[in-house]
Amino acid sequence: MDNKFNVKAPFSKYAGMSKKDKVKATSEFLINNSLYIFMIAAIVIIQIINPMFLSVPSIINIISLSAANLPIALGIAGCIILTGTDLSAGRIVGVVACVSASLLQSDGYANKMFPSLATMPVFAVLAIALLIGGIVGLINGFCTAKFHLHPFIVTLSTQLIVYGILLMYLMSGNNNGQSISGLDSSYTSLITGSILSIGATAIPNFVWYSIAITAIMWFVWNKTKFGKNMFAVGSNPDAANVSGVNVTLTIIAVFALAGVMYGVTGFIEAARIGSNSAATGLNYELDAIAACVIGGVSFVGGIGKIRGVIIGVVLLRIIFVGLTFLGIDANMQYVIKGLIILVACAIDMRKYLIKK
Amino acid sequence: MSEILLEMKNITKEFPGVKALDNVSLKIHRGSVHALMGENGAGKSTLMKCLFGIYSKDSGSIILDGTEVNFKNPKEALENGVAMVHQELNQALKRSVVDNIWLGRYATYAGFITNERKMYNDTAKIFESLNIKVDPKVIMSTLPVSQRQMVEIAKAVSYDSKIIVFDEPTSSLTEQEVHHLFAIIKKLKEKGCGIIYISHKMEEILEISDYVTIMRDGQWVASEKAENLDMDKIIKLMVGRELTTRFPPKTNSIGETILKVEDLSSMYSNLKNVSFELKKGEILGIAGLAGAGRTELLENIFAISERKSGKIFIHGKEIKNKNVRQSIKAGLALVTEERRANGIFAILDILNNTTISNLKSYKVKGLFLSKRKMKKDTQWSIKAMRIKTPSQETQIRTLSGGNQQKVIFGRWLLTEPEIMMLDEPTRGIDVGAKFEIYQLIIDLASKGKAVIMVSSEMPELLGVCDRILVMSGGRVAGEVVSSKTSQEEIMTLAAKYV
Repeated sequence: MDNKFNVKAPFSKYAGMSKKDKVKATSEFLINNSLYIFMIAAIVIIQIINPMFLSVPSIINIISLSAANLPIALGIAGCIILTGTDLSAGRIVGVVACVSASLLQSDGYANKMFPSLATMPVFAVLAIALLIGGIVGLINGFCTAKFHLHPFIVTLSTQLIVYGILLMYLMSGNNNGQSISGLDSSYTSLITGSILSIGATAIPNFVWYSIAITAIMWFVWNKTKFGKNMFAVGSNPDAANVSGVNVTLTIIAVFALAGVMYGVTGFIEAARIGSNSAATGLNYELDAIAACVIGGVSFVGGIGKIRGVIIGVVLLRIIFVGLTFLGIDANMQYVIKGLIILVACAIDMRKYLIKK
Repeated sequence: MSEILLEMKNITKEFPGVKALDNVSLKIHRGSVHALMGENGAGKSTLMKCLFGIYSKDSGSIILDGTEVNFKNPKEALENGVAMVHQELNQALKRSVVDNIWLGRYATYAGFITNERKMYNDTAKIFESLNIKVDPKVIMSTLPVSQRQMVEIAKAVSYDSKIIVFDEPTSSLTEQEVHHLFAIIKKLKEKGCGIIYISHKMEEILEISDYVTIMRDGQWVASEKAENLDMDKIIKLMVGRELTTRFPPKTNSIGETILKVEDLSSMYSNLKNVSFELKKGEILGIAGLAGAGRTELLENIFAISERKSGKIFIHGKEIKNKNVRQSIKAGLALVTEERRANGIFAILDILNNTTISNLKSYKVKGLFLSKRKMKKDTQWSIKAMRIKTPSQETQIRTLSGGNQQKVIFGRWLLTEPEIMMLDEPTRGIDVGAKFEIYQLIIDLASKGKAVIMVSSEMPELLGVCDRILVMSGGRVAGEVVSSKTSQEEIMTLAAKYV
């Protein structure tokens, strides 16, 4: 039905081309798929230099790091599709992580933040986590849609507010600004426990949650009215408005959904890290935005695919882990990361340029 | 069932400082086409936006099919049987045709999961019934503008509305597509719909409409049966004075050859082996259907698009212009087709819009720009182009289309070009202002400039140009002398390589 996947048609066309056109078509193909080619090349090169790179523990490490970062990237991707952005994502992750951790410290733990408070049921805390994320997202969306502010400004402000509240929260109870650790086993086993191991390496449970969330988000983006409205508003808000789409509500919903995604990330992150402070979540939004643009979610608006976000997150993780495997100096790693993001986006942008 | 389907009574709408609508009334009969005419800024679109719920009216009432309505947003209007084809193409270009047609009212399971199959099938059905040949699955941005417009028309029709407003639906359609649209409108009329049709094109109005209402400066001027009107009467009512002729007298005299284009072919568009010559003081028209390569030809000469082969000579010397700056240096100027997209800098003032292409001539001490010199040149442009503006500091977006175009003419004249290329110079400009633009073009030629003018309006090419180059499928199909040709001959040539 869908001839997008019909590989035969372009090939028969290719065979009929002149030599010059063949060279051109080949180079076009290479440039348009450069992301995949780069990914494979990077893996091969790193593997040759350090054969430990493709060992089972290393692969599972990359997968679980990607899984932890996927929900936040999926949330931000929605904001980027609306030609916006979200700078508050990392701080929301931080506040959710600290709140979740503080409510789920084990009963006997010496430095418990609220000693009189019994450990809460995990799922109740999950609900609180999603609610906190959702509310901040709702505020972001409301200000963006109602006051016609650029989300850059809105989230720049809310990011500060959220951080301030987080610092105050960490001073409350018996905590006095310390890191929150000593998490209850009901929490850690739910997130970092494992129901499946490959060899001696366990796959943490949050990988499965992340996969489930990605599937849900794919459905929301591609199969629901809300998802289609999101793309339409990102592509042309005026057209959406005169066609009867509630643009304000769509924008608010996209940001609120993004907030819920940050809530998920925060809830997972708290248990994954184990010891949470005000630094938890710092700059996560920047990695997430980088992953989105590498994966072809365009700041032009109205363009982006779940598949792209996944590739972006995984590719970024491969680079991060790979650079460490290559033994490259940590300072140099920043330079390389920056260059890779720049090149990836420049190549991606080529697709949207109309040649004249 | 009364004969009046829609009545708008004493509508008033004020914007800060301007009374956009002043006591305007309009009656639409069932099963009729009602044309709404007036110069730009007369309030036609504002009136329709009040009906459609984009603007809220200050006073007055709207009675649709016997009940008073007051739509707060487009959604309400659409739900109550009022649809609109907007003047500016309002489309989500990165989405598919199907998504655009059903935007705001997707077919769903359980209210939130979209039913792609149903939407696709319904779209195919609508296209078939309207005889539109567009693949519903393609992404909107890949379609030519005229087909996008047809999709927009199909969308408005698909709402099954009682009232359909067409706001300048033909500005980007080819002749054949206009006939296609008229066939669709006739069908809607037979179904008993009320059609409100806004257009600047007089011939169209007289062909399609039953009633005509004319507005001027936000006020109602006249409502008449179309059969009682002719072009002169309409123009008189619109501009409030008599326009004796549609075209100014030709005063230009033709000199020696200044521009020679040889075998020009483009890299990425269909332009192929185009050759022609242009003489000093001559106005050369370029005719052709949409997609004939007219805009591409101008852009290629101006080095906006990449050249594959071919040579350009000015005064017998080959210019090898690789970019716009070199083209300007060689004495070329181009007034682009999409004024809003790549003509004006909307939020900048007249002064900046006028001097932007010529900044280096205002440099003092090699670094700073002389505001005094810029003001002087801007003042010259305002006077010479007869631009109506309160001041040099006025933002250009607040001017009418005709005045914006004059500012752009002034901008290019300051670069002292020998060859002016004009791409659809009168698009979206009202009748009175069109005459002034024609006058400007003829004045330019009289002063020895060579002018190339692309236009889709045949009468304007015949009325203003000396010679007309007809393009078809990216090639030159023929060349005719304006005084010895006819619309029919040009149309035949235009279809040569289609």
